Amino acid sequence: MTEATERGATAVSARYAVMSEVAAGGTSPRGLRNPWRRPVFLEGFTWLYLVWSLVPIAIAVLFSFNKGKSISTYQGLSTTWYWGKNIYSVWRFPAYHSAVFETLKLSAYTTLIAVPLGVAFALGINRWRSKVSASFNFVMILSFVVPELIFGVAMFFVFTQLFRGIGLGNLAEVLGLVTWNVSWPAIIVQARLVTIGKQYEEAAADLGATPFQSIRRVLVPLLMPAIFASAILVFSSVIDDFVVVDLLSSNSSNTPMSVIIYSTQHGGNGQPALNALGTIMLLMSFVVAGLGFLGYRLMTRGQRIDGQQALASIAGAD
Amino acid sequence: MAIHPPQEQERSQVSVPPPPKKSVSPQSKVFWILLAMPGIIWLAVLFIVPFYAMLAIGEGKLNRLFEEPVAVYNPFEWSSANLSHVLHDLFGAGAFAGPVAWRTIWYVALASALCLIIGYPAAYFVARFAGKRKGLFLILLIAPFWISYMMRMLAWIDLLQTDGYVNKVLGWVGISAVDWLGGHWYTVILGLVYGYIPYLILVLYAGLDRIDPSLIEAGRDLGLSRARTFVRVTVPLSRQPILTAMLITVLPMIGDYFTNQLMSGARNTAMIGNLIDGQLSTPGLAGQGAILSLIVLLVLIVPMIYYVIATNRASREVS
Repeated sequence: MTEATERGATAVSARYAVMSEVAAGGTSPRGLRNPWRRPVFLEGFTWLYLVWSLVPIAIAVLFSFNKGKSISTYQGLSTTWYWGKNIYSVWRFPAYHSAVFETLKLSAYTTLIAVPLGVAFALGINRWRSKVSASFNFVMILSFVVPELIFGVAMFFVFTQLFRGIGLGNLAEVLGLVTWNVSWPAIIVQARLVTIGKQYEEAAADLGATPFQSIRRVLVPLLMPAIFASAILVFSSVIDDFVVVDLLSSNSSNTPMSVIIYSTQHGGNGQPALNALGTIMLLMSFVVAGLGFLGYRLMTRGQRIDGQQALASIAGAD
Repeated sequence: MAIHPPQEQERSQVSVPPPPKKSVSPQSKVFWILLAMPGIIWLAVLFIVPFYAMLAIGEGKLNRLFEEPVAVYNPFEWSSANLSHVLHDLFGAGAFAGPVAWRTIWYVALASALCLIIGYPAAYFVARFAGKRKGLFLILLIAPFWISYMMRMLAWIDLLQTDGYVNKVLGWVGISAVDWLGGHWYTVILGLVYGYIPYLILVLYAGLDRIDPSLIEAGRDLGLSRARTFVRVTVPLSRQPILTAMLITVLPMIGDYFTNQLMSGARNTAMIGNLIDGQLSTPGLAGQGAILSLIVLLVLIVPMIYYVIATNRASREVS
């Protein structure tokens, strides 16, 4: 596919060169225009979109290094909103400070629970074919598409009314986030299982492996890239998560960065420290994505997977 | 993305393949069930039960002393007080929730349509024409997906301040400053489009990238113009990705309550999500919040189930 595209691109540019010469001679009638000419308009539009989507972020990152208090006028470079003497810097202000670690903590716990849970679920459901497994698979995909607010409200009620012992706070947040994210590994691993097929497992069974052995020695190694990609996705979507943690957090000690940014900005206290928090979130996500990309490439060495496919896989678009 | 393990060399060593065992032993079936069990129990206790609890609270009573909802788990004792309150708010005379629901529908319709109009050409270009620079375009296209939603909202809040850069640029061309964040529908739409378009583009790209380019080339070879090839070949082939991408965008957008709070904060731009969020934290109204959530869920259950069926069909086609 990629090779073909590249070949196509070379052919396109070669033909384009010829055609533009012809066009320069003014001998190109409308009906004979190069059918594979570069879609200049489409490309321009795409660049415009990219500028619109990325330049505001760059400006917001710049404002996190603002010397003054303004979020609308740039007043010079400084790191005062990160670790300056300013009492509202991320390092000094307790709520901001703890929010950074809370985000990391929630992401780590959620990934550690959701990924094994989802992988085991996917394996079990995929091989144990029955009405029960089909209906729970349905429930799992439903949990993927239900609007997050509705899910969050249900979670809010279950922890404040039915399981009062849990209440709101860290435990509720982790339980809610695991439920919300368990569908990533479950869906990705199931999709992978379909493409792997059953022959490797059957071969292992024929050679005398028990189901457990065939999973550990055959299936899990084959599934490793998919499992890894889903872990990256869970981790980064917890960093970004807002609704579930907004509804399930109870005080500033268990409030992650996204909620702090929202509530402070909404309360009318917008200041570059929030941009600093946002920049830290952005850095975390990019580091996770970068590690994910490298790890995925490493795991799929020797397979016909190029960088673009790896990128799509760790972004959940595969 | 198929794995190609080095099976060729090993094949020669196996001279006589043993007869294949087709039947699954009951022992291994128990094993698969045990493997699926933790996930099943988790989903039962923390996904199905919460929705039942929400129903029990919505159909339950109100503790008048503490203004707290009291869940009623027995369906035979359910009361419809909350339901009738909510229905009255939605459809009754002087209803305040009705206009909010309509506003939600048209905000979401407009914002998702704009997402598609902007997102489709970009995704289409990168999937089909990016050529050698596809990797670069893909990184730029996916980057917003990794940037926190709140950071992306902050970016526009900064730009749209009264003395912000947008107004400065407008000032150069002689347009007087606009109070963007003062509670306007267009700012909320901008926020929604900007916030949700990365998800739409990602799904669209994944779908469009799977279209076999030879089909499009065949259209051109058979003498169709570029526009007609697009209409007759590309559009029908991208119907499924468009539907999936729209669902992925529309479903969460309907439950959005934070974008308009940040971009306007005014009552006249409130959406159904703001109503639900507000009721949760208002004493005495939590039960109504539960009912309103369930009504939204009921309205969305058809597109949701459609999505589930479409995903299942797609995965069966792969196998």
